[in-house]
Amino acid sequence: MENLNLVFPEIFISITLMFLLILGVFKKKSTSIVFNLSIVTLFISIALIINNPFDTYKELFNGSFKIDQLSTFMKIITLASGIFVMLTSSNYLKNLKIYKIEYPILLLSSILGMLIMISSNDLIVFYMGLELQSLALYVLAAFNRDNASSSESGLKYFVLSALSSGLLLYGCSLIYGFSGSTNFNLIAQNLTSTNYALTSGIVFILVGLAFKISAVPFHMWAPDVYEGSPTSVTAFFAILPKIAALTVFIRFLYVPFINVFDQWQMIIIFISISSMIFGAIAAIGQKNLKRLIAYSSIGHMGYALAGLCVGTNEGIQSSIIYISIYLVMNLGFFSCLFMIKKNGIYYEKIQDLSGLSKNHPILSFCLLIILFSLAGIPPLAGFFAKFYIFLAVLEKSMYILAILGLLSTVVAAFYYLRIIKIIYFDPEIEEYDRDHNPGLKLTLAFSTITILLFFIYPSVLTEIISKINLI
Amino acid sequence: MNFPILSSLILLPAIGSFFIFFQKSNQNQYQSSKYVALFISLANFLLSLYLWYIFDPSIHSFQFVEDRQWIIGLVNYKIGIDGISILFILLTTFITPLCIISVNRTVKIKLKDFLIAILISESLMIGVFCSLDLVIFYLFFEGGLIPMFLIIGIWGGDRRVYSAFKFFLYTLLGSVLMLIAIISIYWIAGTTDVIKLYEIGIDAKFQNLLWLAFFSSFAVKTPMWPVHTWLPDAHVEAPTAGSVLLAAILLKMAGYGFIRFSIGLFPFASEYFVPLIFILSLIAIVYTSLVALMQEDIKKLIAYSSVAHMGFVTLGIFTFTQQGIEGSIFQMLSHGLVSAALFFCVGVIYDRMNTRLIDKYGGVVSIMPKYAIVFMIFTLGAVGLPGTSGFVGEFLILLGTFKKNFLVAVIASTGVILAAAYMLWLYKRVIFGKIINDDVKKMIDLNKSESIILWSLAFPIIFFGFYPDPLLNTTEVSVNNLIDMYNNNLAINTENN
Repeated sequence: MENLNLVFPEIFISITLMFLLILGVFKKKSTSIVFNLSIVTLFISIALIINNPFDTYKELFNGSFKIDQLSTFMKIITLASGIFVMLTSSNYLKNLKIYKIEYPILLLSSILGMLIMISSNDLIVFYMGLELQSLALYVLAAFNRDNASSSESGLKYFVLSALSSGLLLYGCSLIYGFSGSTNFNLIAQNLTSTNYALTSGIVFILVGLAFKISAVPFHMWAPDVYEGSPTSVTAFFAILPKIAALTVFIRFLYVPFINVFDQWQMIIIFISISSMIFGAIAAIGQKNLKRLIAYSSIGHMGYALAGLCVGTNEGIQSSIIYISIYLVMNLGFFSCLFMIKKNGIYYEKIQDLSGLSKNHPILSFCLLIILFSLAGIPPLAGFFAKFYIFLAVLEKSMYILAILGLLSTVVAAFYYLRIIKIIYFDPEIEEYDRDHNPGLKLTLAFSTITILLFFIYPSVLTEIISKINLI
Repeated sequence: MNFPILSSLILLPAIGSFFIFFQKSNQNQYQSSKYVALFISLANFLLSLYLWYIFDPSIHSFQFVEDRQWIIGLVNYKIGIDGISILFILLTTFITPLCIISVNRTVKIKLKDFLIAILISESLMIGVFCSLDLVIFYLFFEGGLIPMFLIIGIWGGDRRVYSAFKFFLYTLLGSVLMLIAIISIYWIAGTTDVIKLYEIGIDAKFQNLLWLAFFSSFAVKTPMWPVHTWLPDAHVEAPTAGSVLLAAILLKMAGYGFIRFSIGLFPFASEYFVPLIFILSLIAIVYTSLVALMQEDIKKLIAYSSVAHMGFVTLGIFTFTQQGIEGSIFQMLSHGLVSAALFFCVGVIYDRMNTRLIDKYGGVVSIMPKYAIVFMIFTLGAVGLPGTSGFVGEFLILLGTFKKNFLVAVIASTGVILAAAYMLWLYKRVIFGKIINDDVKKMIDLNKSESIILWSLAFPIIFFGFYPDPLLNTTEVSVNNLIDMYNNNLAINTENN
């Protein structure tokens, strides 16, 4: 196998995973070592990916595993956000007394599953990656096992996600039955004409994927799971699985299903519009910040999907730009959440932020920037994310989608403004701790500065992404 | 042009706010951050005066153009000015230092943050007036919402939250449609560069919809009847400096947008929608003047008068005559000075009495004679008395309107009379009469910084009232060119149809 170096990252993570597990079992009090070594592992995997040129295009293992620009880019941002999520969460875990070796190991195995998903070019490989990712996440959601709501969220996530996996599997089997192959390229060749059974196969697969990125109408699990899970896991939920699932979305829509574009376009448009509108409206009444971010992420996924229903390279690129900026904003938002603590207790109600600007001007300023960016107000990064989406959407003259999307940003702006109002306009009630670990500060600074200064030269990001051409 | 003077104008306040951000925020440092802000904004003002000095009013094309690669293959960072935009830049840089001088009394908490917000919004407002690319324009235009939202919300009055939200959501709702239009223009014409768009023009069949999308944004910002309701709320609740920025500069962005984009890019649609604009403007002039008559709150009265004055502006712009458009620009500048001055005047007595109700005042003239004099000048400026800058603008606008439509001009003229009615009545009730309220007796006359602010506003109002030539000369060639271009486009369009 002369191309084995292309799968080095996956192999490396698998081996370290086992090594760390053994280390954790046999060495007492090794949590910190395992935790830090996991971060190092992720760093090394990024290095291993960058080691190959960006425009590598190879199919491995009889075409079931694909390395191209899309997978390379998505893997890098997955791993990078994995590093940031781990950097932010160590203090949180210690305070909740769930700083255990299983945590980094489960995280690593979930990331491994995502990497496999991102590179998959075959139904079976894809499903394998998906399950590796999901199984680790079920445990993580229930990781704070003494807490009833955490266990509940784990169970909820498990039941609903298993259902969606079942639907996905059924869809896969239908597709296999009608195309005679599990390989994406071969499916694309065989799926040219359509019939009802095939359409329902496509629908099942899209439903399963929509479930994974919590798009309306398959979003019901998200608010409960986000709220119940430990915040560090919520941060993970809100970012990494979405990147992986979106990649798979792109892969499915533009490789095996490319020839039946008109079959799935309306489905994606519907999911996209309903997610945007529902995410904007449902978040207005929320009192819990984690629940609110769940609804807001539903809305954001709607925008990311809007880019996919266009059917052009620019559309795909705009979705990728969107998810990249989305993850930076969410990283910043969750770092802020980790900082709202006092005496080891973390505060999650919106009302707890009341008057934050009085005692914590820097933190409030960061939150201000992040929230305005989430609302998509120029000149912050969030605006550019939306700008590219609508640029792609309007190229194909999809005016209804664009108008509904932009109107729901106005509605969504309301609830972001409400948080800003509570931070800046209301009287202060609480003074929170100031001793935060450097990883947390670093993440917040990285996120805020990126968002704030993105407008100076947006081409830094867009030039890389414009190399990703699927069609 | 080697030295990027326009970019420095935009960047200087932002850099200043960056310094203030990193100053320590104890009580003693407040003074120093104020001086930093004042220094920066005065430097910016001098720079813009120098810009006016080296600006050549005899050529119609854009000057000091900077063109840099920004989003590769999509948008260039392109800025430049012509005779129309330079005066608005001057207005912005002139008003900002006055706002910063005024903060001493009006802003009691978080002075540092306030100065940062003011400087950032100055940067963004200058950016609006010199951007030559639609996307850049949108960036500056919308970005201005953030500091203004905070200014109203943090330092505002009792109902500040409601007003700040109303302001933000109203303007955002108007603007998202403009964003759709901008992106659509990119796909229709292949560029968002304004100069190129002027040359190639936009297909007539798309113009109406695009015009309406731009209109939705500008109409909210102007504000035109019936979407003006955010303005009285925002004005009343905003702190003095916020009201001043809002009235003097933010409202002018929409008028400027009408001239630069609506007329320049969509001549055919502009012609088509003239009746709409005329009707809305007339309603704004007559109806809001009547509303202003009935106000009990001084700030609300001035806010409604702003709507009426901006009605004149939109009327003048859509006459497409030399006098009308020049008059509108002049009226916007004049209104920028006069309304800023009036809001400062209200701020002066509000600081002393903590009320804005007209009933609580009366007989101020015997306690504060200096104040009575400057207030008189500004009242007359708002009325449009000959000899003040308000007169020149309204006169030119009416002149242009008479050329276009006699009846409209007659109705609009009643607005001048109504303006005299509400302004003079306001003056009478506040300044003259017996002292009913004992608190009035405790008021002290203008202090030094207030005098500086008010007299430096009074001077240009009178000066340009008697001698409007410097301003009119600056705009003349550019406006002429705009109208020529407009008529040419119209002729081509009618030939094609």
